[in-house]
Amino acid sequence: MRARPLSPHLSIYRMSRYSLLSSITNRITGVILSVGLLVLVYWLMAVASSNREYLRAHEILSSGFFKLIYAGLLIAFCYHLVAGIRHLTWDTGRGLERAQAKRSTYIVVAVTVLLVVVLGYWLFLAAGRAS
Amino acid sequence: MKSLRSPLGTVAGLGSAKSGVHHWWLQRLTSIALVPLTIWFTVSLLSLPSLDHVTVISWMAQSWTALLLILLVLVATWHSQLGVRVVVEDYIHNTGSRTLILVILTFVHAFLAVAGVFAILKVAFGGAA
Repeated sequence: MRARPLSPHLSIYRMSRYSLLSSITNRITGVILSVGLLVLVYWLMAVASSNREYLRAHEILSSGFFKLIYAGLLIAFCYHLVAGIRHLTWDTGRGLERAQAKRSTYIVVAVTVLLVVVLGYWLFLAAGRAS
Repeated sequence: MKSLRSPLGTVAGLGSAKSGVHHWWLQRLTSIALVPLTIWFTVSLLSLPSLDHVTVISWMAQSWTALLLILLVLVATWHSQLGVRVVVEDYIHNTGSRTLILVILTFVHAFLAVAGVFAILKVAFGGAA
């Protein structure tokens, strides 16, 4: 039997680079957030364990290395949230024209940056802690 | 009109399993649920006065917190499983390693979901020190 065309047959697409770039970024940030689930569950298990265990986990989770991870997760979360809402809008058939997709990419990036700044300020500066 | 079914399909008599959009639909359903859940979690966690053990436990032991946290963990791991599955299916072309990676990822996600829910319930029912 003739080989059937398989899923990402990227070569036949002529997507504008805006939607292509923002779509692949959505995947990458999604994978980053999947890794973040490990941190979330590790923290939940630490909360459920003894006081001493929690202190030890808290120390690890407050380290500079993890602050870097939180910064990454924060950016990934904000982008994935905003871009995900755009994907849901696309699913209703709206905003798929090239000009609209180009404009919404700028909106997605702008809203993401705004969210990162607000949440980042809250997380790292206002609360004076990061874990 | 000429039938769109392949000769093999006609002979085997097999039709659609009616599950073609199942994965797609669940991905959308979980993403809609995650919008309020993740916003609630972020705001709620950042609003805590501190993250010492006593504060976190008394927060997590509240019924609504525990309930929403369980929903968050379940829906997030589900959404994550659906998402990474598509990524693996799209980029790993070797059937053997693709299957192996998918099995491992499924097990990891199941473990994360159960561990997360277990931890929340333990705290909610007063099992944490």
